[in-house]
Formats: sequence, C-alpha cells, structure tokens
Amino acid sequence: MKIIIIGCGKVGFALAEGLIQENHDVTIIDSSAERMQGVTEELDAMPVIGNGSSISTLLEAGATDADLVIAVTGSDELNLLCCLIAKKQWNCHTVARVRNPVYNQEIELIKQSLGISMIINPELAASAEIARLLRFPSAIKIDTFAKGRVELLKFRLLPEFKLNQITIADLPRHAKCDVLVAGVERGENAHIPNGNFVLQDGDLITIIASPKNAAAFFRNIGLKTNQVKNCIIVGGGTIAVYLARQLLEMKIRVVIIERNEHRCQELNEYLPEATIIHGDGTNKKLLMEENLEGAEAFVTLTNMDEENIMLSLFARKISKAKLITKVNRMSFDNILDQLDLGSIIYPKYITADYILQYGRAMQNSIGSNVETLYHILDNKAEALEFCILKNSPVVDIPLKDLRLKRNLLLGCIHRKGKVIIPRGNDSIQVGDTVVVVTTQKGLDDIQDILEK
Amino acid sequence: MNYRIILYIVGWVLNIEAAFMLLPILTGALYGEPDLWAFVVTGALCLAIGGALTFRKPKRQYFYVKEGYVTVSLCWVALSVMGALPFLISGSIPHPIDALFETVSGFTTTGASILPAVEGLPKCILFWRSFTHWIGGMGVLVFLLSLLKLAGGSHMNLMKAESPGPSVTKLLPKVHSTAKILYGIYIAITLLQIVVLLVSGMPLFDAVTTSLGTAGTGGFGIKNDSIASYSPLIQVEVTIFMILFGVNFNAYFLLLLRKWKQAFSNEEVRWYFIIIFAAILLIGWDIRGLYGNLGAAFRHSAFQVGSIITTTGFATTDFNLWPQLSRTVLVLLMFIGACAGSTGGGIKVSRFIILLKSSRKELSQYLHPRQVKKIHMDGKSIDREIIRNVNVFLVVYVLIFAFSMLVLACDGTDLVTNFTAIAATINNIGPGLELVGPSANFGLFSCPAKLVLIFDMLAGRLEIFPLLLLFVRDTWRKF
Repeated sequence: MKIIIIGCGKVGFALAEGLIQENHDVTIIDSSAERMQGVTEELDAMPVIGNGSSISTLLEAGATDADLVIAVTGSDELNLLCCLIAKKQWNCHTVARVRNPVYNQEIELIKQSLGISMIINPELAASAEIARLLRFPSAIKIDTFAKGRVELLKFRLLPEFKLNQITIADLPRHAKCDVLVAGVERGENAHIPNGNFVLQDGDLITIIASPKNAAAFFRNIGLKTNQVKNCIIVGGGTIAVYLARQLLEMKIRVVIIERNEHRCQELNEYLPEATIIHGDGTNKKLLMEENLEGAEAFVTLTNMDEENIMLSLFARKISKAKLITKVNRMSFDNILDQLDLGSIIYPKYITADYILQYGRAMQNSIGSNVETLYHILDNKAEALEFCILKNSPVVDIPLKDLRLKRNLLLGCIHRKGKVIIPRGNDSIQVGDTVVVVTTQKGLDDIQDILEK
Repeated sequence: MNYRIILYIVGWVLNIEAAFMLLPILTGALYGEPDLWAFVVTGALCLAIGGALTFRKPKRQYFYVKEGYVTVSLCWVALSVMGALPFLISGSIPHPIDALFETVSGFTTTGASILPAVEGLPKCILFWRSFTHWIGGMGVLVFLLSLLKLAGGSHMNLMKAESPGPSVTKLLPKVHSTAKILYGIYIAITLLQIVVLLVSGMPLFDAVTTSLGTAGTGGFGIKNDSIASYSPLIQVEVTIFMILFGVNFNAYFLLLLRKWKQAFSNEEVRWYFIIIFAAILLIGWDIRGLYGNLGAAFRHSAFQVGSIITTTGFATTDFNLWPQLSRTVLVLLMFIGACAGSTGGGIKVSRFIILLKSSRKELSQYLHPRQVKKIHMDGKSIDREIIRNVNVFLVVYVLIFAFSMLVLACDGTDLVTNFTAIAATINNIGPGLELVGPSANFGLFSCPAKLVLIFDMLAGRLEIFPLLLLFVRDTWRKF
C-alpha cells in the first residue's frame, strides 16, 4: 500500500519502521528539516518537508494515489485537518492521533462527521494496557485476541513454580491445565519452542490460553492472580488521568503523586475520588509516608524515563508491589529487561501497534486477512490473528500433515465461541479465527504459514 | 503505618507511668495506708506490659505525621486506662466508667469529679488524683521526648500532636533539649509554688497537691469546698500561680535567655492579660454587694476568673450563685482558654486572635474586593494553612459540642447544666453551672453521657484531630 505519515516524532518514526518492514511504500511529511535528516539516514522512506495540511505538500507526497494517510503530529487540530483534507480531496483512508481529553468525549461524533477511519488516543491506549495488567498482576504483558476470548500472557518463571528443567510437552501435566507456550525469552534470545524445549527458571514465558484457563494455570503453578486493590501513580499526566478513572471504576484505590501544585488542583477536579498528593515522587520520605511498602501496585508515569526507572527499582527493593514503568524514548530495551522493572510500557509502540493493526485490517479488504497483530518476545516475533473466510490449502487438513514454516506456531483456534488449543489431529475450518506466533514478519494470509 | 514503633512508644509511656506510681506508693508508705498496694499492683502491671512492648527496639524507626498523631492518641488512652486501675483496686471508686472518668479528668487537667466527697479518701489516692494533673499538664510524651531518643525528625511529629495551640515553636534546635527545658521550667515553677504555699502556712500535703493541681491547670482539690477554706493570702497566691501556668511557656524561656523585649511583646500573652484584667473588673463590680467589702469581691472575682480562663477549675466560692452577668462572663471565659504552649486548655487565646483578625480581613475584603492582605501576629505573617486549620478546628469543635449536647439531653438534665458540663469538659476546666456547679459533681450523668464527656475531655486536651484520627477507617487500613 502507499501510506503517508504526517509528523515524524516518536510515534511517527516507530510507525514508519513497522510499515516499511511490512513492505509498504511510506512517505513521511514533517516541517522540520532537521528531523527529516534522521529519517533519510535511518529509514527507507520518502521524506517530504512541509506542512502536512497544505494541499500542495500532500500532492508532492503523492496523496492522489495514497491508500492511507496517518496524521501523528503533536497537534490534535492539525491532525484532524490533515485527515479532513485527505478524505475530502482524494478520499483516502485516514488515521488521526487525537489526545486532548476534551475531544475524547465526543470522539465518535468527530470521527463520523469528518469521515476519519480511525482515531487513536495514545494515552488512552496506554492506560487501557496498564489497567489490564493491574487486573491481572502476575503477567508482565497481556494481549487479547478474538475480542478478549483468547489471551497472550507473558510472565517470568520463578523457582517457586517448580517448573525448572521441564519440557514444554510435560507442562500441561505439571500445571494440570491446557495452555500453550508460544514463546520463551532467555537472555537476549527469543525462541518459539517445540515440545522438546526445556524450561529454565528466569525465562520469560508467553502463553496462549483462554482467560479462564490462564487463571487456572497461574493458580496451579502457584502465582497470585488477584486484581490489585490499591495503586500509587507517580506523575499526573494524561495517562494518569485515564488510568485512574479506569482503576476507580474497578474499585481500586488510587493515590497520585504530582509535582506541580496547579496540576494537582486540576487532577482533584477530574478525579474527586482519588487521593492527590502534591510532592516530588522521587522524595523517598514522601513515598514511605504514602505507604509504598503496603502498596499492591506502583505505576511510574513521569516524563523522565530515568526517574521512572529509578523509582521502580526502589519500589522493587522495598515492596512487593506490581510495578509498571513507562519508558518514552530509551532505546536500551535489552538493558531494561535485565533490571526487573516489572511491566514496561512504551506508549509509542502501543500507538504504532494500533495503527499497524489498522493497516493490516485495511489490507484485509485487498488481499490479506489479518485481524489483529501484536509484537511479542521483545519485538522479535509477532502474534497474528487470521480470519479463515474461504477455502484455502490449510483448511480441513490435520495440523500434523501441514508443512509449516520454521519458527512458526499455531497458537490457538477459536471456533464459534470455543477456544481450542490445537494438537496434531485438529484441523482449521472455514469460519475459524486462528492465532499464529512467528518470528517471520510480514505474513499477510493464512496460506503464508506454509513452507513454500 | 509502622505499628511496631507505635507500640514501642506506648510501651515506654506505660513504663514511665509505672515510675510515676512510685510517688503515690511513697505517700501511702509515709501515711501508713494499706491502699498503696493498689499502686504497687498497677505499677507492676504497667511495667510488665511496657517492658514487653519495649523489650526490643524496632528495626524500622521511621515515623511520619500519621504515626505521630495515632501514637499520641493511643498513649493517652493507654495512660488513662492504666491510671484508672488504682481507683478500682483500692475500691475508692467502684464503678469502672466512673474510675475512667476520674482518671481522664485528671490526665486531661479537667478536674471534673464524680466523687461527692473527697475528704474521706486515702492520702495516696488523693495524691494520685492531683499528680495525674501534673503529668497530663505538660504532656507525658513531651516528658518521654526529654528522656528517649528516636531516629530522625520523628520527635517533632509527636510534639506537634501533643502540644496545645495552632502551631508549635521549637525553643532549641533539638526537640530533645526543647522538651527538657519545658519540663525544667514546669518543675521549677511548681516547686516555687509549693515553697510559697508552705511559707504561707499551708500543710505540706495540701501544699503539694494544690501545687500539682495548679501547675497542670487541673483543679482536683483535696477538700470538698476546693480552696475556699484556706486563708485569703493563700487564695491570692494560688490565683497568681494559676494565671502564670496559663502563659505560653515560650515566654518564660525568653525571660530565661534575658530577651525581655521579645518576651513581653508576645501578642497572645498581652491579650491574655488584658482579657483577665477586664473580666476581673467586670465581675468584681457585678458581685460587689455579695461579700461585704470590695476587696473580698475582687479577690473572689480574680480567683474565679483566673481559675476559669486557665481552665484550672478551683473555686473559692460557689459562683453558681452569682448574678447572671458574672455567670455569663465565666462561661465565655471557658471557651477562650489559656495561651497556646501553656498547660491550660480551651480554644486558646491565639486562635481567637487569628479568628478575629481574619474576620476583620474578610470585612475589609468587602470594601476592597481585590485587596491583597496577610494576617500578622507578633510582626510575622501567618501561614494560610494555619488560618485554615484554625477555622476547621472551630467548626469541628462546634460539631462535637452539638453532638455531645444531643447525647446529654437524653438524660433529661436541664440545658444550662448540659451546656456548661460539655463546655467544662471539652475545655478541660472542671466545674460548670447549675447541677455541675463548683459545689456539685458529675456523678449524676448516665454511663453513655459519661463516656461522651470522657471523649470530650480527651478531644479537648489533644485538640480534637489526633483523637478523631483514631476513628477514621483510612488510618487503620494497610494501604
């Protein structure tokens, strides 16, 4: 597809990276020549310098035959305007990033009346992800398929589970429960394991299961699965507001620590039920006074990555809280993983993932049929959800007879509301949705899982 | 919440209470009374519990505002419960709630009694009653702070919670030494009073107990008619000492440092004396016909004014029989109370100064709506937080007062009795008017009413918020 990205900030860049990997033709528009310099050096995309809302700039970028226009500049109004022009002038599909909570309340109306295909709110998306983690604190990362009926959960294998040196094939017997291990991260390597793979303590394991089975699995291996009852949030930005709202709805007690007194007043207006503390979140005494030791969840959402990391490390030392650390721009993923910071949230990846998903879905109407896509195993692999709409070479053949690609795993089959963990004798039927885990990127159709 | 350190401090307070029990034991031994065993038993019990709690120093010594307030409240509750035991064990007060009432009344320096006659009681029991005033006056935690060293700045949180008044000033950089100085001044003036009373011809036991009661601004007497049967000279001396104990102790410290100007320029102390002087003149003139000569009238007027405004509660005459104007003035004085940082109770003169000044500011805000104006006291501007705190204090004070009125009304006693009974307990004074006047006692109330009055006394002494904190669910929640 021909895709135009307007705005090349953190999200725009991550998005371009993802789209280029999937073989799309990407053109990036940004007004800053300096920033575009970096784009030409690092990305295989066409740079256009100029204002994305100007028709001549858009024409220069090739808007006439573009399939998708994505506006992710810093300004909501500019994004909406770009999309409006692209829609009315060339009838493109459009995606706009809109983050102002005021617009957020009437987002559906805006979407309809401006004819925008998708509006993404990065803060809301990030907060939804955090809230999901707090609902199920044992997991480091949770992704959902088939409208929530299938979950992809990542957690760390601890000695107390007594699963050290067990092969994947033996796992269901030990855990007395049907789950499938979709991926294992050990050190810097990511594996998509087969039945003979041997687990070790300290591995980061990703499993696929229905929420019920996942809960049973965690219970059987002895991992606590209760929803947290209280939460300390450091940093009172927009994510904090969305998150606190969701947590309060779940009857979780929320304490927000914010440095700016004026912002505290605002927070108190938005969230009358939350406890707003005016103070420096890095003040150890303040954290102790607010009983960090007794907290069940600790979420760091300040704008300073370093501060977030420091705070999480401190909380890890003195409390048993579920930790969630927001990281904005640090690109030292491998080091962060070793630090044991609990769940790390990268808002830019979340936004990019959402938009990539939309891109896939769009292509679906042209040829591919990917429903959902997640980056897993530290971005080294993808989990994709396919809809089986018509007959194809994979349908009605027992899985053991299919010649699948290397490093590829059929995670689960969702058939008429039932979740099947596939074994050798199961087969894919028309009407199913199938979750595939693979390190081979760029799968467009279910046929692509076969060795060519 | 760091429960370990809270229990540790409560343990120390019980240890100290056990040590304090030695004095009534000594008194009992001197006068050969068998009741001293009640104190031996209670002291041993305090020591056992306290010893168990303080056996090991907690590893985590952190201590924040929350812990400070909870500790102070719990210490006072523990202190009162243990302090009530000698009354029960010796059989002087058979009913547990009555015993608790008497002890709380002692420790909070209220001086409201449920005993109809005190003269027949053993000397050691009488001594303990007066001694509780002295312990509660300056505060047992302040005493503890002068002995014990905790980690970090945690001392101030305790001191803040126990010291009366809208804000606490440190006299010296260390809380430890500040507490020592306060108790030094306290002990010195008490000893001075004992000597003065002895010289004026008061028997030793009477002089000691009266001085202890005056120092704590308590009001338990050892005679049924309080101070009335002593000579006029003694009455005048007691008047002067009562008024002295109602002064902010910071002023005495400044005098010790020879900073005369600073000591006398304290706005609160100045207003305190102006109010006392005005009240004495007003009442003295009002009752001039009752006592034959003007001198006696003013002596009684001065004694009662001093006794009420410092929230002591001694009496030289039954002021319940005075004319309405004088009675009203006394009731109003009950609410004003002594200076902040003294041993007295009430709302405190400094709070009234702040309230009046902020009312005046509000008025001038009507004239100049955009005016920027800060409230000043002693030449310094007062923090908004303190003003807000004073306002809220007054509101909660009124609410508690109203609630107590409702409960007491269930007993069917008349309005003046109920009103002054609550005013006398929440302000830590002692006698009220009508059925709880100086010649009567609080024995007439039912148990629920007594419990409410006990709450009022503690709330008054600890300035409401620390005690209320015990009833907030969030305080006890783990998170």
